[in-house]
Amino acid sequence: MSKQHRPRILVTGVAGALAQQVIDRLRDHCDLVAVDFREQVYLGDDIPSYCIDFNKRVFEDLFRRYKFDGVIHLGRIMSSQLTRMRRYNANVLGTQKLLDLSHKYGIRRVVVLSTFHVYGAVAYNPALIDEEAPLKGVGLSADLVDSVELENLANIYLWRYPELNITILRPCNIVGPGVRNSISTLLASERAPVLAGFSPMMQFIHIDDMADAIVLAYNKPRRGVFNVAPDDWVAYQHALKLCGCQRLPIPSVPPLLPKLILRTLNLRSFPSYLMHFFKYPVVIDGRAFAREFAFTPQRPLKEIFRFYRENKKPV
Amino acid sequence: MSLASILKSKLVPTELSEQINRIRKPIGSLGYDPWGYNNEAIKYGFSLTRHIYEKYFRVEASGVDSVPAEGPVLIIANHSGQLPIDGLLIGYALASRKDKPRMPRAMIERFFPTVPYLGNLLNEVGAVLGDPINCAKMLANNEAVIVFPEGVRGSGKLYQDRYQLKRFGNGFMHLAMKYKATIVPVGVVGCEETIPAIANIKPLAKALGIPYAPLALPVVLPAKVHLNFGPPMFFDDREIPEEQVTDRVEQVKGEISKLIDKGLSERKRLF
Repeated sequence: MSKQHRPRILVTGVAGALAQQVIDRLRDHCDLVAVDFREQVYLGDDIPSYCIDFNKRVFEDLFRRYKFDGVIHLGRIMSSQLTRMRRYNANVLGTQKLLDLSHKYGIRRVVVLSTFHVYGAVAYNPALIDEEAPLKGVGLSADLVDSVELENLANIYLWRYPELNITILRPCNIVGPGVRNSISTLLASERAPVLAGFSPMMQFIHIDDMADAIVLAYNKPRRGVFNVAPDDWVAYQHALKLCGCQRLPIPSVPPLLPKLILRTLNLRSFPSYLMHFFKYPVVIDGRAFAREFAFTPQRPLKEIFRFYRENKKPV
Repeated sequence: MSLASILKSKLVPTELSEQINRIRKPIGSLGYDPWGYNNEAIKYGFSLTRHIYEKYFRVEASGVDSVPAEGPVLIIANHSGQLPIDGLLIGYALASRKDKPRMPRAMIERFFPTVPYLGNLLNEVGAVLGDPINCAKMLANNEAVIVFPEGVRGSGKLYQDRYQLKRFGNGFMHLAMKYKATIVPVGVVGCEETIPAIANIKPLAKALGIPYAPLALPVVLPAKVHLNFGPPMFFDDREIPEEQVTDRVEQVKGEISKLIDKGLSERKRLF
């Protein structure tokens, strides 16, 4: 096959384990350019890698130089990192810049990684939440504003510029080797906090399955918003038990008490604004994505938890 | 052998465990379903309920075989007795029937998920937050769902109003029509006498954030309970005005009323 048929893709957030998995799956068939706003990562001689703030003008030079066909936007600063303000700048304004440039340079495929946190953990949540459900994440905490705003923004571009072919993915908890988000840190620890008397249903997707899902999504230009979750569920406290974590109960009533305790403890893996996600279930329905993109997760929950049980020391 | 497995062998006989395993449920690899139903927890719940059902309330159920063995079903009953004991007993009657048992789901009040321990416990034994989306998704999953269309209006009523049906919501009829679910009406007699309340202390209920605070004895009385399952009812999914939906709801309500009268006439004494 001649060289010019290889699609050229910009991948963001490459300091994260997920992006590196996606790159491993694409590098044989695509020309990739990697960026991250946190650090520069060496990914081999064939993949140019940059550390760039999307809001800086030099970012546009990448679009001029490489003439991308598609963008896989995985670069999100998680809610447990940095300050609210810096997160907003990077996640919301940075994404806006990225989408503007994508439009300007005629990109034909964009995949944006969002999170199930946008639905918000509310006591009245039904299970198997559809993509059309209201995003109640903001009502819980200002710390989730950037997640919801990022989505709204991507949604506006999705409808305004259909030629961008934007697909937004809302995965459940991504876990597995190398994942550094708060839930993965909890599962990997010796002891994990729980809210006494609450063990909400949770969904977990293995990082390898999530990377497969992103590649599948990229390869089929179908616009829209999709939940990504396997058809398997487990209660939080049961998951901890299977990961060999000792449970540390935090008093849960009155509701003010756990909030105060968590604010005082200031744990990175169990921040007070994510408290509700350990209290009420946010079970999403991933069947639309599975149908549309012929996606079947391969790694069962037991395998995921075995990994955490056998790797109690920091990964 | 761990303490948990000793307890299990004492509480959950093997044949019961096998019976529950036989009831097909759309559950994941760890025995959970999206609403928190847990195949292991239900075994304890089932074994405990057996004593409550057979020894304490000495339930007499008739017509339980009228619940179809498969497909979406809405079990519609009158609600009474402050606590959702009626839901538990209807559920057990269906799960323990000899021929093709089913594990029905019950829709519960919106405040339960906020109560520590109890909320999770109810979820594990199959109770689900009473949200129309939940009900719709479960019917689409071919589940049998227990619904009390009176809601708190029914469970919170006082002893002096016993066996008077309160207003029925129309939601269940819309769902039954949309998902072509069979409706099985059930008349519950006896639960009104389990916790007779003489008053509702509204300020206390408001302060505690609960739907009602009954003034009653702090015990559950062992009233004899009669469950009468009526013949299945079917409604087509034609687009009809709300007025006609209400007529259909009234039809179901009338059926339940008849079943209650039947139970009341069968009943020899309260306890």
